[in-house]
Parts: sequence; structure tokens; C-alpha cells
Amino acid sequence: MVMKTKKRRDVKKMLKDKDIILKAEDIYKNYGRLEVLKGISFEVKRGETKVVIGPSGTGKSTLLRCINQLTSPDKGRVWLDGVEITDPRVDINKIRSSIGMVFQDFNLFAHLTALDNVRIGLTKVKGMEKQKATELAMQELQRVGLGDKVSSYPAQLSGGQQQRVSIARALVMNPKLILFDEPTSALDPELIGEVLEVMINLAKEGMTMLVVSHEMGFARSVANEVIFMEHGVIVEEGLPQQLFTKPKYKRTGEFLHKIIELYGESGERK
Amino acid sequence: MMKDLIMIYQVLPYLLKGSVVTIGLIAGALGLGFVIGILMAVEQIYGSKPISKIASLYIWFFRGVPILVLLFLFYFGLFSLINLNLSAFTAGVLVLGLRSAAYQSQIFRGSIQSLGSGQMQAARSIGMSRFKAIWYIILPQALRISIPGWSNEYATILKDSAVTYAIGVVEILTRASFIATKNFKTMPVYLTCAVIFIILTYGGAKLLHLLEKRVRIHGYED
Repeated sequence: MVMKTKKRRDVKKMLKDKDIILKAEDIYKNYGRLEVLKGISFEVKRGETKVVIGPSGTGKSTLLRCINQLTSPDKGRVWLDGVEITDPRVDINKIRSSIGMVFQDFNLFAHLTALDNVRIGLTKVKGMEKQKATELAMQELQRVGLGDKVSSYPAQLSGGQQQRVSIARALVMNPKLILFDEPTSALDPELIGEVLEVMINLAKEGMTMLVVSHEMGFARSVANEVIFMEHGVIVEEGLPQQLFTKPKYKRTGEFLHKIIELYGESGERK
Repeated sequence: MMKDLIMIYQVLPYLLKGSVVTIGLIAGALGLGFVIGILMAVEQIYGSKPISKIASLYIWFFRGVPILVLLFLFYFGLFSLINLNLSAFTAGVLVLGLRSAAYQSQIFRGSIQSLGSGQMQAARSIGMSRFKAIWYIILPQALRISIPGWSNEYATILKDSAVTYAIGVVEILTRASFIATKNFKTMPVYLTCAVIFIILTYGGAKLLHLLEKRVRIHGYED
């Protein structure tokens, strides 16, 4: 009983910690007999960029989906800004509107212009009037360098441009954090730079970001912390310099070595 | 030959009145099938297991029974059993519509599934409820993709509507047979009847094709 009270107080104390915007605790997820996540816990601080790296099929994307509950975890809890969002009583739609998500294959709404893609969240989710929404959407499109593409449809844009629209779509909702699920993996090498540039600027402006990526250059230069995941668990977590130069675990070093050999540090495929 | 042409010219207004009935019949049936079809498609994909099961059962039934049997079953069977006094026209709309719903649901289901799960996920990720996501994101795209398949359903139901002759709806075929039994000019009369059906089939398909072009999403023009 005493233990329990103490534990609860600790939790309260932790949740009051204003610096922590996202906390995931002991996340488990199985797909049938396949265990994808096996007890993941981590925190993201306000204004921080955290990059998750690791081999394919390790559960990185599933982890992101468990955070905004596009996939519900089998076990474990997630807090956003002190509110437990895995609690079934919360309005998950409202929570999701404050967590941006950028997908590997963009997932822009194909029947809507760039402007409408960005605006629709404001008008249909937040109930904002059209004129105000248009203004804000235009601002965000300009911010990602697409002020001249507002009336283009997704199929008329390059991959890099589509991904930037999707970043604008996330930004316009004024999110507490943005989840990036391998945002450059589906892009031609020459288009990766423009998307990374937008992300680097966001990091500089203090946007909180959780990024699953193979862009080691980005991880190294922008991340405040890097998480190395394998087989559904976090193997190692630390400052990028430390992880990249002297990882604690042999496995981390092996993975990094392999990925840098394959993609180079700049992220461009050799 | 000349005589036949004059005869056709004389009975044409009477037959064309029948085509108004036919158009009303299929407009009602397609509309009913559209609404129920979309609901069933959405339920089959996003709904709970039991509801999706009910939808499957419905489709299994209406696809498995011949249209004429359905018509008799409902008009002479069910409707009189429950003391529902419907006109032959209304009964025709209902039966053709309920049956069309089964087919239309499969058209819409295919279209929705062809969008992939990414559109739904993206819509949910910005905070849309499932309903909003379906309404604003999924259906506008799925319906566009459905037009060619739907055009096919239009042609099918247009031609199937002639079986309502059997319960006494005074549509094109019924009127044609009235005339044919009176003047015994069966060939020219039924040929005229066939031509009217061909024009309606072709005209509808043409209109739907224009619609398809008009609402095509930019960037996908060929």
C-alpha cells in the first residue's frame, strides 16, 4: 500500500515535469504470434528532436502508430503533455489533432489541392472558418517553400513536394509534436535534400519531433538524442555523438557501420 | 414497310410514355441501391463483425435469387403477407433497388479498397473521426473510381427493369405488348421497344462517361 502511494506520487511528479511532452511506458504490440514491440519506454522533451533508427521490421513504424493510437498497443501507456492518451476515456480524435504525422508515402488526399490538403484539418476538424483557415494554410505552405503550388493536386507534384505539403498539413494544426515515419525513404535521392531541409528548419525553430529515419546525416547533426531499436526493444539510447562514435553495444556499432556504408552519412545513396 | 413506319410513328408517343415510367423506375431503384450500397460497403470494410456479416448475408441472398423470383416473392409474397399495399411501380422500385444495392455495394467496396489504407490513416492522423474521414476523404475518391462500374450497373438495371412487366408495371415492354397483341405487328413493335432500350442504355452510359471525365482528379488525365 505504501509502495503504491509512493509510486503514484512519483508518477504525478513525473507528469508535472513540464519539459516532457511525450512519455511512452512499456509498450507491447503483437500481430498474431509476431511480437513487434516488446516493452518500449522512452520520453521526448519539449522542443527536442529524437531520431529512432534500426533495421527494417524492428517495429519502428508500429511504435509511431502506437503513439497516436492509429494502432492501439496491447499493453503500455502513453502520455502527451501530462494526459494519458491510452486512457479509453480520452477523445482520441482531439488528441490526434495535436500530434502531427508524416508518412513514408506521403498519403496526401489525392482529390484535394495542396491548399485543401492543408486546410481541411482546420475547417473540418477544428471548425475554423474558411477565410482564416486559408490564411493559415497558405502560411504553412509558404513555410515549406510551396507558396506557388497551392492549387496543384498531389499527382501533379514531385515526391519531395508532396512530402513538404504533408509536413505543412501536420504543421497547420499547431501540433505538440510531429511523428515522422521514414519521411524520405520513398523519395528519389535528389529530392531527399529539400525535405530534410524543411525538417532541419523545424528542429531549429524548436518543433518537437520524433523521427524514424535512415538518414544518418540528419540524425547526427539534428537529433538531440538517438534511439537504436532492434527486435522490438530499445537496444541503446543516447546522444548522437556517443552512439555514432562509441556505442555501448556491439550491435549498435554494427548496424551503424552497415547503414553508413550503404547510404553514406549524408543520406544519399552511394 | 411504309405502313409499319406510320404505325410506329403513331404508337411512339404511347411507348415513350412507358419510357418515362422505366426511367422513374430505375432512377428510384438506382438511388435506393446507391444509398444502401454505400452503407453496406462502408460497413463491410470499417464496420463491426456482426454488421459486416449481415451485409454479406444480404448480398448472398440478393445475388443468388433470380430477379423475377425476387419480384414475385416480394410483391405477391412478402408485401401481401405483411399487408403492405404497394403499387406495382413502388414494389418494382423496392425490389430492383434492394437487389441493386447488393451489386452496388460490391462496386463501392472495390473502389474503397483500391484507395489503400493510407488515406484513412492520414485522415485519422489529423484528428478526423471515422465518419468524417469516410465522408470527406474516402467517399469523394471512391465514388469517382466507381463511375465505370456503376455505369455497368445502370445498364443492367435498365434492362432488368423490363421484368416488372410481370407484376403489371406499365413500362416500355408492357406497353409494347399491349400494342402487339392488338395489331399483331409484333416484329416492328418489339423492335421499336428494343431501340428505345438501346438509346436509353447508350445515353446513360454517355452521360456517366461525361461525368467521369468531368470529376476526374487532376494529375490523372490520360
